[in-house]
Amino acid sequence: MEDIQRQKETNLLLDNHWFNNWNKLKQPKPPLWKNLIYAFLFGGLVSILGQALLEMYLALGVSQEQAGNPTVATVIFLASLLTAIGIFDRIASIAGAGVAIPVTGFANSITAMALEFKREGFVLGSGAKMFSLAGSIIMFGVVTAFVIGIISAII
Amino acid sequence: MYLQGGIVLAQGMVNETGRAAKKVGRQSVLLEKKASLNYAATVAGPKESLGPMAQYIDRCHVDNLLNEKSFEKAECHMLEEACYLTLGKAGLTPDDVDYFIAGDLLNQVISANYCARKLSIPYFGLYGACSTLTEGLSLGAMLLEGGYGDHVLIATSSHNCTSERQYRFPTEYGYQRPGYAQWTVTGAGAVLLGSRGDGPRVESVTVGKIVDAGIRDPLNMGTAMAPAAADTINQHLLDLERVPGYYHMIITGDLGNTGKQLNEDILLNQGIDIRPNYSDCGVLIYHPQQNVGAGGSGCACSALVFLGFFLNQMLKQEITRVLLVATGSLHSPTAIMQGESMPGIAHAVSLEI
Repeated sequence: MEDIQRQKETNLLLDNHWFNNWNKLKQPKPPLWKNLIYAFLFGGLVSILGQALLEMYLALGVSQEQAGNPTVATVIFLASLLTAIGIFDRIASIAGAGVAIPVTGFANSITAMALEFKREGFVLGSGAKMFSLAGSIIMFGVVTAFVIGIISAII
Repeated sequence: MYLQGGIVLAQGMVNETGRAAKKVGRQSVLLEKKASLNYAATVAGPKESLGPMAQYIDRCHVDNLLNEKSFEKAECHMLEEACYLTLGKAGLTPDDVDYFIAGDLLNQVISANYCARKLSIPYFGLYGACSTLTEGLSLGAMLLEGGYGDHVLIATSSHNCTSERQYRFPTEYGYQRPGYAQWTVTGAGAVLLGSRGDGPRVESVTVGKIVDAGIRDPLNMGTAMAPAAADTINQHLLDLERVPGYYHMIITGDLGNTGKQLNEDILLNQGIDIRPNYSDCGVLIYHPQQNVGAGGSGCACSALVFLGFFLNQMLKQEITRVLLVATGSLHSPTAIMQGESMPGIAHAVSLEI
C-alpha cells in the first residue's frame, strides 16, 4: 500500500488528488434507481412464484410444516434449469439482487460452477468445484444457525 | 580495456558516452535495420464477426467452442489457425521461421504453449496480458535487429469464456456487470516479422514499466491500465523527442471508453494532447449496441483491430506513421483476493511505411 502511495507521488503523471477526483467525476455510475426497481420487481416475482408453488403443494395434500421443502426444491430446480439453458445470466443482468439474494442465486452459483468445470471431469472438476461460490453461504449459514441454536437453547 | 572499448565503439555498439548505441532516453530503442511486418492473419469468434471490424478478419467463426471439447482447446485452435494462415500467406513452413514468440491470458500461457507444440518452432512464451502483441513485436524486432534470425512469428489470442472463468466468474453465473467493465475478445492474431520486406517497419520500441494506480476492482481494467499507457506514451515522446502530431495514429490496445478518456486526461494534464489522432482498439472492435460495457479487452483485441484494420490502412498508405501501445494488467485473481491492486503495463512500438 505504501509502495503504491510512493509510486503515485513520484509518478508525475499520476497525482493522487487529481486521480481520485477523476474517479469521482468520470467513472460511469451504476443506474441506481433502475437497478433498485428491477431488483424489487424480480425479487417480488420470485417470491410470488414461491408462494404459488407452496399453495399448489398444500392443495396436493402436503402438510403445512412439510410444504416448504418441495417448494424450495422446485425453485432451485427451475433456477438450475434456466442456468443450464443459458437464460439465467441474462435475467440476472437486469434483475441483479432480485434473483441473486433468494435461493435462485444460490442454485445458479452451484449450477454455473458445475457446468463450467464439467470439462475437468466429474469428480475433481464438477464435484470438487461445485460449491466454490456457494461454500461460504453454506458454511457461515450453518455456523450461525448453530450458534443461534445454542443461544436460544440457553435462554 | 581501452582497446576493447575502441573495438566496441567501431562496431557501433556503444556511442561516445560509452552507452549502448541504439538505446535512446530511459526506455526506448531506435532500430536501424527495422524489422518489417510482412504478413498477418486474424481469426475471430461470433461476437467479433458481427462487429465493425468483421470485414478485415481473415476467418470468422460462428461458434465459440469451434467443435472442440473445451473453450481452452478452442482458443488454442484459433491461435494455431492464425499462425498457419500467416505462414500460408507468406508461402513459408514452420521450419522456415527462426523464432516463435507468443502469449495469451491463461494460466501458464497454455494456448501459446500447445500451439508452439504443434508448430515446433524455437519458442519464447510471454505473459504480457493484453500487451502481449506489442511486447512480442518489441522483442521480435530487437531479435531481428541483432541479426539473430530472418523470420519471427509473433502471435497472441484470447477467449471470452476462458478468461471469464479464470479471472472472474463462471460463464453462466448471473451477476450485473458495471458500466466500466469490458468484454474479453474471442480471437487470435499472428504476424510474421522479417528482416527484409515491404510491410510497415518497426522503427522504434519503448519498453513499458509497471505503473500501478491502486485499482482493486478486476472489472475496472480500463482505469487500471490507462496510467501505464499515459506513462509509456509520455516517455516515448520524451525519449525520441517527438510530438503527438508526428504520428498519423496513436493506438492503444484495450483501454475501453473509460480508460481512453483517462489516458487523454492524464496526458492533457501533462500538456500533451493526443486527442486529434488517438484511438483505442477496445472502443473500435464492437458496435455500441452489442452490449459490451466500456468496450473490448484481451490480447486479441489489439491483435484483431491492428493486424486486421490498421495494418490494412498502412499497406494502402492511408496512414504511414503509427504508434501502437498495447496495454496489459498484470494481476492475478489470487493477488486481488489478497488485497493487492492491479499493476498496469504498456509497451509501445512505432511503425512506419
